[in-house]
Order: sequence, then C-alpha cells, then structure tokens
Amino acid sequence: MTSSLQSAPGPFFGDFGGRFVPEALMPALDELTDAYEKARIDPAFTEELARLARDYTGRPSILTEVPRFAQHCGGATVWLKREDLNHSGSHKINNVLGQALLTKRLGKKRVIAETGAGQHGVATATAAALMDLDCVIYMGEEDTERQALNVARMRLLGAEVIPVATGTRTLRDAINEAFRDWVANVDTTNYIFGTAAGPHPFPAMVRDFQRVISVEAREQMLERGGLPDAVIACIGGGSNAIGSFDAFLDDDGVRLIGCEAAGEGVDTDRHAATLTGGRPGILHGSRSYILQDDEGQTLPSHSISAGLDYPGVGPEHTWLASIGRAEYWPVTDAAAMEAFRLLSRTEGILPAIESSHALAGAMTLGEELGPDATLLVTLSGRGDKDVEQAARWFDMLPGGDA
Amino acid sequence: MSALEARLDEIKAEGRAALIGYLPVGYPSVDTSIAAMVAMVEAGVDIVEIGPPYSDPVLDGPVIQHAAATALQRGVRVDDTFTAVRAVADAGAQAVVMSYCNLMLSRGYARFAKDLREAGGAGVITPDLTPDTGQDWIEAARAEGIDTIFLAAPSTTRERMHMTVEASRGFVYATSLMGVTGARTSVGDAAAKVVTGAREAGAERVCVGLGVSTGKQAAEVATYADGVIVGSAFVKAMGDEGDLDALKIKVAELAAGVRGNA
Repeated sequence: MTSSLQSAPGPFFGDFGGRFVPEALMPALDELTDAYEKARIDPAFTEELARLARDYTGRPSILTEVPRFAQHCGGATVWLKREDLNHSGSHKINNVLGQALLTKRLGKKRVIAETGAGQHGVATATAAALMDLDCVIYMGEEDTERQALNVARMRLLGAEVIPVATGTRTLRDAINEAFRDWVANVDTTNYIFGTAAGPHPFPAMVRDFQRVISVEAREQMLERGGLPDAVIACIGGGSNAIGSFDAFLDDDGVRLIGCEAAGEGVDTDRHAATLTGGRPGILHGSRSYILQDDEGQTLPSHSISAGLDYPGVGPEHTWLASIGRAEYWPVTDAAAMEAFRLLSRTEGILPAIESSHALAGAMTLGEELGPDATLLVTLSGRGDKDVEQAARWFDMLPGGDA
Repeated sequence: MSALEARLDEIKAEGRAALIGYLPVGYPSVDTSIAAMVAMVEAGVDIVEIGPPYSDPVLDGPVIQHAAATALQRGVRVDDTFTAVRAVADAGAQAVVMSYCNLMLSRGYARFAKDLREAGGAGVITPDLTPDTGQDWIEAARAEGIDTIFLAAPSTTRERMHMTVEASRGFVYATSLMGVTGARTSVGDAAAKVVTGAREAGAERVCVGLGVSTGKQAAEVATYADGVIVGSAFVKAMGDEGDLDALKIKVAELAAGVRGNA
C-alpha cells in the first residue's frame, strides 16, 4: 500500500475543509459534487476539457528558463511554468472551463463568480461567452478601482460586473455577495468558485482542474534532466499553488513553497499572510486558517496584489502546512515589486503582481540553496492588468514625477 | 421537554402562533439594543432572537448587514450577547441566540453553550451550521441543555429534512424562501410547503422566518406555523436612531398578526 498525498478527495483534509454553509445551499452542493464525480470519470467530459485546454487555452503551457533573472536567485537554475501565456492571461481559465462545462451538464444557464484582481472574473466571462451562459461577476469596489481595465474586459466579454460596496470592499466581500446571490438563485445558477477554498466540493474540484499545471511541469522537468529542488507558487486562496504542488506531493525531495502576501509586513496589521499570521476558523464554507480577531471576526487584509488580498486560505494548504509537506513564506509588497521589476528588465516578461510574490520567493530560496539548485516557479498570470499600478509604484507615469 | 418547547406549547394552547423578534446586539448601541429587546417583550414578542454581529453575514440582506457593520464599528463584543440574553430572560421571555458559527467556534462550542445557559438562554439558531457538519456543536449544546435550532429551506430534500428535524430541539426554523434576510412583498407558498415537509418528518414545532414584515403576512403564516420570526422589519423600524416607540408600534402590529388580527 502506498499512501499518496495526491488528489486528496475531501471534504476534509486532515482537520480542515468541510462544508459550513446555509442549509439552502446544501442540496446544490450535493448536486454539484455528484455531477462532478460522474463527469471526472466520463470520457465525454474529460476529452472535451482536454480539447478546450489544447485548442482554446493553448496547453500545454511552456517552461521558460530565465538565466538572467536567475543571477538574482543565487545563480540557481530557474524555470518558469508559463501559465501567463494561457488564453485570458492566467491559470484561472483551467478551472473555469471545467466548471463551465459542469454548468452545462447541470442544465443551468447562469453563472456567477467572485473576483479579486479580475483574473478569475475575466476567465469566467470568457468561458461564459464561449459557452453561451449568462454571467454576473461580483467584485469589491476597491478592486474595481485598482483593476479598472479588467472590469472593462469583463464587460466587453458580455458579463455584468457588480461592484460590492459593503465591508472591506475587496475579494472577501465579493464572495459574501456571490453566496447571497447563489442562495436566492440556486435553481438557475451555478457558482463558479475561483479558488481552492470554500465548501466541499470546491477545494478538491478546483485543485483537480488546476492539477494540469504540475502534471505538465513534472513531465517537462523530467525531460530536462530531473525534478526540481523546489516548486514555488504564490498563494491567496491557493488555486495555482495547489495545482502547482499536487503532482509533486509524493516526490519527497521536492520542496513545495507557497508565497503569501505579507503586504507592509507580517508584524503590521496590513498584510494577507493567512498561514503565517492566522489561526483556525470557519470562513466562506470551510474550516481553515483565517486572519481573525480574538472573537472570530474576520480581519481586513492588505496586499498590493488584489488577487492575494484575502484573509483566508484553501483548506488543503492548511493541511499541507500542518503535516509539514509544504512551506508558506510571507513576501512583502516591496519584495514582490522588486521581483516584478527584475523579471521585466532581465527577461522581457511582465509578471502579474500576484506571481511576482513567487518570483521573490525564488530569489530568497536561490540565495539559500546556491548555484546547484533547480527551482520551478509558476508564473500564474501576466502583468498587463498591473501596468498602471506598477508604473505608479515605480513613479513611471507621465507627469508623475512632480 | 425544554423550556422553549414548553413555552411554544403554551402559546399554541392559546390558539395562536408565537412572535419571535430578532435584533442584533449593539445596534445602534449596546445599551439601546438591549433596551429595544426588552421593549419588544413588553410590546408582545414571545421569544427574542439575539444576534451577535459577525463580519461576514452571508445569509443576511442589506438591513441586517448594515446593523451588524454599525455595531462592529462601535465595538460590540460577543460578551454583550450574553448580557442581552440575561436582560431578555429577566424580562420574562425566552431568549435564543442566532450566531454564525465562527464566533461560536472561536469562543469554543462548550464555553459558548455554558455561557448561554448561565445567562438564562434557551437555544441557538445556526444559519451556517447544519446537523451533518455541526455534530460537535450538538454534543456541546446537549451537555448544557441548550436547544439546537437548525434551518430547513425550500430546497431541503426529504432525507435532509429528516436529519434536520431529528437534530433540532426547541423548534425547526423554516425559511420561507430561497434568499437572504429582509422584507418581501409576499411570503409565498414555499413557506407552507417547508412547514408541511418538516411536520411530515416528525417536527412538533416549526417556526417560519425570512421575509415577514407585516401583520397581514404574520396572520397568514400563523395559520400553519407555530411561530413567526421577524427580523429586518424590526431593525428597520428602530433605525440608526434607536427609535423604541417606532419599534413597539411595529411589534404591536406583528403581535396582532400572530393572533389573527391583521
């Protein structure tokens, strides 16, 4: 008997996960779980998803070696898994195509989704256009301001974008509002959840749809001479990270490192490093780590990256941290932006600010391991959406030097 | 039989439904919210449902979201919930708490149940905890004699209804519609179906909530339910100014409704 850590089925991962939602949603989650369990072993579904991955998303995504950037990583060999080259600009499309196909199988005509940076919203709007589904995206008002371009992209794709003005006006409030919509419209509507968090079956299902990242990358690394010493990914809710880790979970020699958003520092109250600064609790339908006060009220999070600006984290990550299989490092806004600048300047690749947290992690780990190390970094998204914000950070906007 | 069940049976013997009034603790201030709960009892509420505000209330509509956010901004604490429970119990009404589960988990289920019992509370309504995921809560509540009140929805399957009824003590909370808290123009026929489903599964006491805001609606629901639960309409009547007179007028309207005098 081998005891593989891969593809853990849920609903619980160790003490974490589960399904803590209003009774009204329980039948829909049962129905979704059932539909997914059938679809995942149905060749008609898996072949259609594989066809879309190849002919629409552009999979497999390539590996790019980045030797000039690697000089800033202790001279280690650094490979990027290029999810930024996927159609619609990030790893989010991998999950969305799977869940949109499931929506069709459920016979539902309307999808809703939450989005932080807008990457999941854009991916959902993309799939909805492709598959002729009505689409409503909930987005925190603060995020609609800092990611205005993605709001326009979603609208151009035919989606309705609803800014959420309650609470902290960010991703967490967008999720609350999407749940409220779902409770009221569950008969007609499927909730396409964007990250590997939330109630069962989302953490396991989203992981399965993102697993393609590590399945491809592991094979690609073996073709290039062997497994890496470490796999590094950024983590907010944790979908690209769990997708990047899963196929490597049983490779004991491969370190798995998730880079959380430390914002202005984990010693301040302006960060989103949930596994570093949180404790166990229930938020958005599952038991995991949460940034919360002493009474269980969720704390506001902060990150320069809207996509990592979330006070929770997927339950499988909390489990992997608890058993010591994966490490979770805090990376500050400043460190991420320095990595953003370096990759742009040395390799001609503009990374998403989210993904830049993983690049910063590679810089730290490369210094630790030295030139013999081989690092695999998931570049989860491209930086086009972040141009204005990055230009402001570096004082590069015209007339911005006053 | 629990005290809450006995009280509901007593009310039923009067030939009417119970009026259950919800208010969040700390809105517009802790003192005013507690005074408002006592005022509701004086104006005809039989059971007060006391809500500790939570940062992420996914089953609440705009009115209660606003009240909860205001209370949190003003520094309400979970401890204030137990003060409110004591005040309601002293005023002679049954006190139940409606709490999102992370507040209970953070305090510890056992301690939450013990603190509630010591304050004189009867039960807890758990909007985001169902019997299948709340087994450890059920054990903690049973140990302290606290009623576990679970929700049943129009979407609840027959199998889940049996589980919900089996695990519930005090009453089963039937939600009248698919959606969040807040007034609706009509209650609709879904509520009666949920009540029927719960009774078929063996529920002895079923109360209906979500969307009830007028005496007329209360009178209609009272024809088939053991209790009528009203929240947003009371919160709205009281408002940011904490207008207890307006609240009492609204309570009197609903109290007449559950007696069939709409």
